[in-house]
Amino acid sequence: MSMDSNMMVMIGLTVISAATPLVFAAIGELVAEKSGVLNLGVEGMMLAGAVSGFAVAHVSGSAFLGVLAGVFAGILMALVFAFLTLSLRASQVATGLALTIFGVGLSALLGQPLIGIAYEGLPSYSIPLLANLPIVGPLLFEHNLLVYGSILLVLTVSLFLKYTRAGLVLRAVGDSPDSAHALGYPVIRVRYLATLFGGACAGLAGCYLSMAYAPMWVESMSAGRGWIALALVVFATWQPGRLLFGAYLFGGITILQLHAQAIGINVPSQLMSMLPYIATIVVLVIISRDRGRIRKNAPASIGQAFHPTK
Amino acid sequence: MFAPLSSTTEKRKPAKFRKLSIALVSALISIGSMSVHAEDPVKVGFVYVGPVGDHGWTYRHDIGRLALEEEFGDKVETTFVESVPEGADAERVIRKLASTGHDLIFTTSFGYMNPTNKVAKAFPDVKFEHATGYKRADNVSTYSARFYEGRAVIGTMAGMMTKSNIIGYIGSFPIPEVVRGINAFTIAMRKVNPDAEVRVVWVNSWYDPGKEGDAAKTLIDQGADIITQHTDSPAPLQAAQERGVVGFGQASDVSAFAPEAQLTAIIDDWNQYYIDRTKAVMDGTWESQDVWHGIDSGMVGFAEYGAAVPDDVKAAANIIKEGIVDGSIHPFQGPIMNQAGEEVVAEGETIGDDVLLGMDYYVEGVQGSLPK
Repeated sequence: MSMDSNMMVMIGLTVISAATPLVFAAIGELVAEKSGVLNLGVEGMMLAGAVSGFAVAHVSGSAFLGVLAGVFAGILMALVFAFLTLSLRASQVATGLALTIFGVGLSALLGQPLIGIAYEGLPSYSIPLLANLPIVGPLLFEHNLLVYGSILLVLTVSLFLKYTRAGLVLRAVGDSPDSAHALGYPVIRVRYLATLFGGACAGLAGCYLSMAYAPMWVESMSAGRGWIALALVVFATWQPGRLLFGAYLFGGITILQLHAQAIGINVPSQLMSMLPYIATIVVLVIISRDRGRIRKNAPASIGQAFHPTK
Repeated sequence: MFAPLSSTTEKRKPAKFRKLSIALVSALISIGSMSVHAEDPVKVGFVYVGPVGDHGWTYRHDIGRLALEEEFGDKVETTFVESVPEGADAERVIRKLASTGHDLIFTTSFGYMNPTNKVAKAFPDVKFEHATGYKRADNVSTYSARFYEGRAVIGTMAGMMTKSNIIGYIGSFPIPEVVRGINAFTIAMRKVNPDAEVRVVWVNSWYDPGKEGDAAKTLIDQGADIITQHTDSPAPLQAAQERGVVGFGQASDVSAFAPEAQLTAIIDDWNQYYIDRTKAVMDGTWESQDVWHGIDSGMVGFAEYGAAVPDDVKAAANIIKEGIVDGSIHPFQGPIMNQAGEEVVAEGETIGDDVLLGMDYYVEGVQGSLPK
């Protein structure tokens, strides 16, 4: 393999590892938002997942149990959010923000004994035969299971929303909870499930951070990735395929920016940190000018509490 | 007739708030206090900017506090308050420590400079020690460490050990402290290897393990075979370990994260300083001073050499260490060229502390331009 193609593969690998946590966190949030629930607590849920996954993997020595614990922690956090916003009808925006602040503090408290402990990271699995292909092999077929899982998850969610009856119900609940309710669908239960799914995915994103991306625990290690995931959902106009593209685009921009610096091209890195958000605002402006497109993808009742008695 | 009434309620309100905030702060302090009671021990307080478990800056200060307890046992009583924001809260915390019988208070972040001096004025009998600042008073000392001396040592090692002649340097923010480190490293590296160059990537954070790791991978992808950093997490060395290259730890020994990759680490070591200053208070010899200690005092320490370091590199690094300690080597000894190849320091001259404190240019051998 020539030096150049080798470098391209390495850059590609770094982009994949930077994009994967965004894919997980954003796809979960997408499902929650599709059901009409805006959960701004992604960052907090990610941190809960990161600290729990790392702790359990460290204590038990089992990566599988660690990931399971991370998912469970994400679900627990989402359950708190769901109870407050869906059962008690608290404001989704305020509760989500509180969940993030809560998650930052709680994970720091729980993680105190874990600081300074090393973890070898998740093992990679080569896919037989395919991994031996030049360039494509090492780039696409030699990853840890979470990377394969993230792609599979996006594919599954995409098919679920488009082609299954349950997916249709979920979208109906997000677009018009009153009609869904009138037709006899359990709006609150659907939203609970979607929110918990979002929590599980954020937990996975956290696990990826503390067990694969930078295998260690340090306070606030998500460093704003939960917010980028939130922006990503809007950037993708609530479509799983675009979300995957967006995650790799955002991840790619970050890595290319680092490369630009390293070869001496001076790009203000602050500007690059803003880029995902600027891109999101641009997308928002574009889709807001086209009402048809908004109606097609944006969940109409997003962020609104549902009162079944109304 | 209502006027006096309302004025008394107005007076009461702040009093209540004051009581409440004092209660809150003392609750905070009692949570953070690890005290041993004895007869008239010297009470020493510490104010930390981060959590004690950051494995970086604050962690090393707390190791110093523990060393103090170890050294003096019952004769000293220490208190710490962690994660104190640099602002109004800091003043309240420092004031509370000063008013609860602390004899000596270490405030360990640059942003505590003004609150420390303000409280010091109100408590002339309490001694204060402010880290990395420049404002002093009769009862306020300042202290900092010449970490750039450590960078000269690891720069020498990097220059001798690199095969690709590309060294990756991960920076936090382009402030003089960090630029000084990059320059000291580069000057030392070029002395032993004029063909080597330093590539700097700024991550705009002291602490973002994900991004620090990505920056390390980026530099490795571009051919760097040695990684060094001025950020606080072990992630860059972890990435180096994963990709089979080597590098240097920062602030703490991070060999647990990178057993093969760590060549050595620059370690912040405040232990002896904290012991000495407490001893001075006990003996009644404490005086206000300004110290900027380096390798000589042990404030800038090193982790043990890793297995990958050849003997000749160890020997060369030791010569630099000894030279800096005995004064025969200065990390900023002329001739020093800037990036344009112009001589900024002539042969036989060295850069003075006043210039070092405001350093804002790269020397020859650093790639790219310094963000302004």
